[in-house]
This record gives sequence, C-alpha cells and structure tokens, in this order.
Amino acid sequence: MRPFSYSRADNIQAAIHAPSISDTQIETASVHASHQYLAGGTTLIDLMKLDVMRPRNVTDINALEHTPSGEISFGPRGLHLGALVRMSAAAEHADVRENYPVIAQSLELAASAQIRNMASLGGNVLQRTRCTYFRDTSYGTCNKREPGSGCAALEGINRSHAVLGTTESCIASYPGDFAQALIALDAEVELAGPKGSRRIHFAELHRPLGNTPHVETVLEPGELILAFMVPSAPWAKRSLYLKIRDRQSYEFALASAAVALDLDGGTIRNTRIALGGVATLPWRAHETEQKLKGRRPDDEAFNEAASTAFAGAKPREHNAFKVQLGKLTLVRALRQAATMEI
Amino acid sequence: MTVTLLERARADASVAAKAMDGTEPRSTTLRINGRDHRLTLDARTTLLDALREHAGLTGTKKGCDHGQCGACTVLVDKRRVLSCLTLAATAEGQDVTTIEGLAKSDGTLHPMQQAFIDHDAFQCGYCTPGQIMSAIACVQEGHAETEAQIREFMSGNLCRCAAYPNIVDAIQQARPQMERA
Repeated sequence: MRPFSYSRADNIQAAIHAPSISDTQIETASVHASHQYLAGGTTLIDLMKLDVMRPRNVTDINALEHTPSGEISFGPRGLHLGALVRMSAAAEHADVRENYPVIAQSLELAASAQIRNMASLGGNVLQRTRCTYFRDTSYGTCNKREPGSGCAALEGINRSHAVLGTTESCIASYPGDFAQALIALDAEVELAGPKGSRRIHFAELHRPLGNTPHVETVLEPGELILAFMVPSAPWAKRSLYLKIRDRQSYEFALASAAVALDLDGGTIRNTRIALGGVATLPWRAHETEQKLKGRRPDDEAFNEAASTAFAGAKPREHNAFKVQLGKLTLVRALRQAATMEI
Repeated sequence: MTVTLLERARADASVAAKAMDGTEPRSTTLRINGRDHRLTLDARTTLLDALREHAGLTGTKKGCDHGQCGACTVLVDKRRVLSCLTLAATAEGQDVTTIEGLAKSDGTLHPMQQAFIDHDAFQCGYCTPGQIMSAIACVQEGHAETEAQIREFMSGNLCRCAAYPNIVDAIQQARPQMERA
C-alpha cells in the first residue's frame, strides 16, 4: 500500500471541506482520485492493498455515524436510510423488513456477516467491480483502471461479466445487490459537497459507461452521500430480492432480480424491476415493467417480460449462459412476488 | 511473516524520506482485551498487523489479507469485523477483543473454545481463532438458532480442512451455555 495522509472528520462540514479535496485534480468518482472518504473500508482498503486505488489523502468519516447519517427512520412519506448505517443494521431493522423486504433481502444476501457489520450503505452503492482484469494490476489493459488502455475482458475470461449496458470499452459487471433494490424503488440520494447540497435520483448516481468507464458516478470532488430516501409505494411490501450464484452464501450474483408488484385482484396494476449480476451498472428494466402493466400475473406474462428484459443483451464467449439464467431468475422472482402473503 | 516485516521496513524508509506530510507514523492507542496498548503506527497499518506485529498478539491469523477468508475476525465494540480491512487508526477509542481475550485468568476456556475442542471442530487450526470469534458473535447476534442459520451466518469464515459439520456442532453446544452465562 502506498503512503497516504489520514485524517478524521467528526461532522459533515469538516468532511467536505477537508483541505486535500481542493487539491484533487482527478474526478472524485475515478479510481485514481487523490482523495477518498473511508467508512467501512471493505472496498477501499482492499483495492489500496492491490495498488488499484492510490489515494494520497484519506478522510475517515465513521464519526458521521453519530449524526442523522447514522440513522434509519420510517414515516408516511417513506424510508430514510443514513449513508453511515451499516449493512447489517439496515438488514435487521424492523421497519425495513416489514415495509421494504427487497431492501432487507438485498443486504442480507450480500457479503458475509463481518463485512455487513463494517460496510456502510453509502459505500455499498459505490463498491467497485470484481472484474479480475480490473483488480489485478499485472494486466496492462483495463479502461476502468488505466483509461484508454483497452479491455482485457472482451476476449478474456468473461464468465462473470455483464451482458447489459456493455460497450466495447468495458464489460465489467456492477457487483452490488442493495443498489438494485434502491433503483427499483425509485430511491433518491442526498448529497453534500464543497459546492453545496443536492438531491438526485438514485438512477442518476451511476453513469452509463460511454467511453469513460473509469468515472463510475456523477459525484463531484468531495461530494459525500448523506442518505437514501425511499418513497412509500403500494408495491413496496410485495417485493423481494432473488439472488442466484455459484455458491449459496458469501458470493456475488451471477444473476439477480429485485422485483416489486402491486396487484389489483387478478391483474398487475404496477411493478418495479431491477436486474443485478448481469449489467455494468444498477439496472432498471423500465420496458419490462410497462409490458407487465394490466397483465395477469402468470407465467406467460412473466416469460414475455423476461424476454423483453434481455432483448438487448450482448453476451461474450463465456457469459452467454447469463441471458437464460437472468430470464429464469426474473421469472422465478416475479412468480414468488405474485404469491407472497402480505 | 517475512513478507510483512519486509514491507514494513520499506514503508518506514519511504516515510522517513518524506518528512511531515501527514504520512509519518503517529501514536495510536488501542484498547485490546481490556488493556491499553500505545503503539506508533504508520497510517497504512491494519488492525490485523497492529495486533500481530506491534502488540505481539499473534492469535489473530492472516489468511487472505483481502477480506475473503475470515481468519482475521475480531470483535470491535462487540461487533465481528475483519481486522485485515480495518485500519488500526479507525479502531482507536473502541474495544477490540481477540482470541487471547476469551479465557478467564485462571485458564478456564470460553464455552465456545471448549466446544471447539469437544467437537474436534478443526484440523490444522489456522482458521480457528477467526471461527471462534465469529461464532461467539453469531450466537450473540441471535443468528445461531438453527443449523441452516449457523451455516449462513458463519459463511464468512472459510475452513480449508472443511471441518464445517463439527464447527456447526460446536456452536450448537456453546449457544445454550453462553445464553445461561
């Protein structure tokens, strides 16, 4: 690990006005940003040890746990999840489990008990890809790590890689689960930064790859996630997260589905769908949702929806199985949601 | 271990060459098993290396050093965490409990340690301190009610000797004992 300067921020103002932020020459969202915030450290410290991330300044924001960013609250307007809440705390919170099962499940099925105790919700959505060519610096070609160098995964071992949202510059899969629940439920993100505060849709946080896969989010230098707001919605209770993986626990998704259904007797009034393990960023399946509106919740509708969801898939040599696996995952998730007792 | 010492020597050298830019070692007090340890640590020092190389507590093991195996599991403020991905500086002011802090001063083992012996819940023993720390937290969290739940909530601790069935048995023995205590 390369030397860095460590400092602690006890409050938001101290964090976003850390002097080292103004020196930042490279986009904060880039892997090469010279300043990084540290919460649980489960991504950052790992990637610093691998020499993939090389910040010169690290600001420890764990003390923000003692501000509203460390709290969960639930009311008529929805759910407020502080960004410094740990994954395990959110997964076990009674209001989350009762009213937003897809959120609780996406957290509970991720990582291990130890990592869930460490990792913050804010850090969780910013976790970086598990693409081997990104994580191993002995590969010279990775557009995420060394912009413009190429992508070794295109013709390499790409079994775990994405089939949706890919470009010729990057096919790295977005590894997270929680983000799929947030994007499905129309969550918003509260941000604070040196230039002020703002609120954006969660769906706007991650940038489509384009030609700059190394810049993963729209976060400005020094900008910090304070909280997530998940609106109340008639489909939130009938929601779940289905995760399919190589082993039953402590593994990233090969394919996953976050689904929420609002049923009106025998028809689907509304639905929300997001897909994980198969896309380069948190992936909302808008067209698929439209297809299901007004339909009966049966296998015919679900199979058609799954075909729509993967119509634009671009499989590579080793990950073609993800198209069929992704479809079956979505169908099974929708079936289970339709028969949930709520 | 040689690797770690070499890396530290190299780290010391590069820090010495760059005077006072915020990267120099600083005094850090860690409260480990109820006792304060005042250590001089480079900012890069993980809690795992601070325990093993600086505080001399080698019971906590370094497996993968990347948060994938669970061998380095310790309790920080009673929560199980991976000491390899925790910077020592961030643990300042918190209570760190390691495998060395479990037995009573008269040598009586913690019920979980005794259960691991009773059920032969290890072969090589390298993952065992991490397994035991994780198992204690698993019981305290209320995640050791069924065999399936134990397996799910212990999945962050790998055992390459595959002593898993015996580990599950050990936890099932220790759980009621811990709840009574």
